[in-house]
Amino acid sequence: MGLSELKVAVLSGKGGTGKTFITVNLAAVAGPSTYVDCDVEEPNGHLFFKPEYAAEEIVTVKMPVVDQRQCTGCRKCVDFCRFGALAYSNSGLMIFADICHSCGGCMLICPEGALSENEKPMGKVRKWVAENVHGLSGILNIGEPSGVPLIHELLSDMNDRPHPVFIDCPPGSACAVMESIKEADYCVLVSEPTLFGVHNLQIVWELVRLFKKPFGVVLNKVLPGEAMAESFCAERGMHILARIPFTQHLGLLNSQGSIAVREDEDTRAVFLDLLKAISKEVHCEATAHS
Amino acid sequence: MKQLLILSGKGGTGKTTMASAFVRLSKARAYADCDVDAPNLHLTVGWTKEPKRSHYFGLPRAKVDPDLCIRCDLCRQYCRFGSVILEGSNYRVDSLACEGCGVCEFVCPAGAISMEPHVDGELMLYSDAKTAFSTAKLNIGSGTSGLLVTEVKKQMRESAGTAPLAIIDGSPGIGCPVIASLSGVDLVLVVTEPSITGMNDMTRIVETARKFGTKTVVCINKCDTNMENTRCIAELCRGWGLALVGLIPFDSEVVKTVNAGLSIVDVDCQAGEAVRSVFEKTMDILFGENEGGDEQ
Amino acid sequence: MRIVMPVEQASSRGSIGASFGRSPFFLLYETETKESSFIENSALANPGGAGIKAAQLVVDQGVNAVLAPRCGENAAKVLQGAGIEIYKTSSRSIEKSIDSFVHGRLPLLEETHAGLSHHGAE
Repeated sequence: MGLSELKVAVLSGKGGTGKTFITVNLAAVAGPSTYVDCDVEEPNGHLFFKPEYAAEEIVTVKMPVVDQRQCTGCRKCVDFCRFGALAYSNSGLMIFADICHSCGGCMLICPEGALSENEKPMGKVRKWVAENVHGLSGILNIGEPSGVPLIHELLSDMNDRPHPVFIDCPPGSACAVMESIKEADYCVLVSEPTLFGVHNLQIVWELVRLFKKPFGVVLNKVLPGEAMAESFCAERGMHILARIPFTQHLGLLNSQGSIAVREDEDTRAVFLDLLKAISKEVHCEATAHS
Repeated sequence: MKQLLILSGKGGTGKTTMASAFVRLSKARAYADCDVDAPNLHLTVGWTKEPKRSHYFGLPRAKVDPDLCIRCDLCRQYCRFGSVILEGSNYRVDSLACEGCGVCEFVCPAGAISMEPHVDGELMLYSDAKTAFSTAKLNIGSGTSGLLVTEVKKQMRESAGTAPLAIIDGSPGIGCPVIASLSGVDLVLVVTEPSITGMNDMTRIVETARKFGTKTVVCINKCDTNMENTRCIAELCRGWGLALVGLIPFDSEVVKTVNAGLSIVDVDCQAGEAVRSVFEKTMDILFGENEGGDEQ
Repeated sequence: MRIVMPVEQASSRGSIGASFGRSPFFLLYETETKESSFIENSALANPGGAGIKAAQLVVDQGVNAVLAPRCGENAAKVLQGAGIEIYKTSSRSIEKSIDSFVHGRLPLLEETHAGLSHHGAE
């Protein structure tokens, strides 16, 4: 599989390790490419690309709606709902959209046909282009319980987009992360070589193995003399694709929202090497399975 | 019991490092790690004792009995989460994708589907005569962590209910686990960093805490990595009427200390000094107001 | 008049629960006969929407008023939809709270908070 067909998900168990830094710079150095921001609770990638214009689409989820005139108060829907999204009192049936998981069960169970569905907005997808990078950013509405439907929407029309596609995943390993890596061909696990970083690397390592995704590790913010992450990876046969040193200069560029590969030749070289390393891994994977 | 919750919005700003320092400085008898996706607090607080472990059961998941299944495909058609998988001629439910809604159980004409209890995580309680430290780990693939966070806090309260102060290490983001951790909290300390991403996320977490009606204060970690942004954040706080309780400089000693499993106030370092000051100011605000009427 | 309050233990000497939706028991009290009974809060087991389920449970008990230190906005909507008033307690003592209510000293709960598992959508 060549780069032009590739979808790479960048994830880390711990927040703040540099997922966005890595994904943004990979997308920039690999252009034309696509950058997808699946960290829908706290999307940040667009702050680096600074696109001038974005087309916005509202993403909705299905929500039940009741026709009180048809409702007889039999309570079958209230008793069925495992999420507790329905309640009945003498003022009628109440539906709690923020609790509802949109399973459609209440509609099915209602003997009177009193329940139907509406679309409720839960977030936005912004589509933008910045130089040679196509971007999609997902922004979850504040208060929405789950970003999963939004992430699903973000990753749903990748076929028309320039590849390679780089997916900036949410931190952690819960359902939102799983949704983000589902369609990925390869995963880059970002770890900082600190006690917390390594501890959390363990968590995403379990996740990618569970999903049987080929993966490699990038150590970020590496300080001289640190061996914790190296031995962790060596002991488990995890391949380290790149070691990005911690420098104040990089830290400053990042904190200003600059795309380091566009400002710094050394960083550009590091990311070109990383891209090559990923490409080689994927090629080997494909060969091994052919 | 007064509860202090430490949040950040963005990961990696120093929430857990701050929480562990506060636990040390306050000699807290009750503390909890609500970052159930990726708990870290236990790595720095030095409990040598084994915790009491218990299973956390989330929503039951659907299971297909292959002997009763008549392969009508209704379950797969009605499942909105893509959890029903057809392998050859066998139907099975992917428990990672299953949301536990029960629709498949309802539509199955053969009674072949049942909802089974499912272990979604593990609760851990470290305790001795005086102190209780409650934490948990959500299993990979488990959904809602709001309940687990509530269980973590409940476990802490039940074990150390008479403690005057509880320090709670929150989770990143603004979703379910953060909302669940906000309940019953008296003060939120937002730990932010002066980067564009840090500031962006701070805005969202401050808004989340505000909607919940919880008093919030802010501190800026690694403040000298970008003084201009630090000034911007200070301005934002002024505009929002939020107290800025301190600035902590970037200190290379922090990583070394944390890697050694220690708290930054256990060693002599610049960041440690600054954190002491943040601690004092935060405690003043937390215990300063006389709410009256609320007997503890 | 039948009133209900979330409680931590199934005992009149116990304390009022901090969370309406997630307290382990509810105490039902008849102000005329001064009789108390306890019911288990079956909503506890729910990962989400516990407040709503708890409120439904309370509605089904035919109560006239709820005494609680706070209440989630979703649970409050259910209670208000059923015409049940929510009074704000400040003491953790069951006895004191009932006494204050009976003597008209408890204010109505003005502010509800966002749900503990999920927050109200925009």
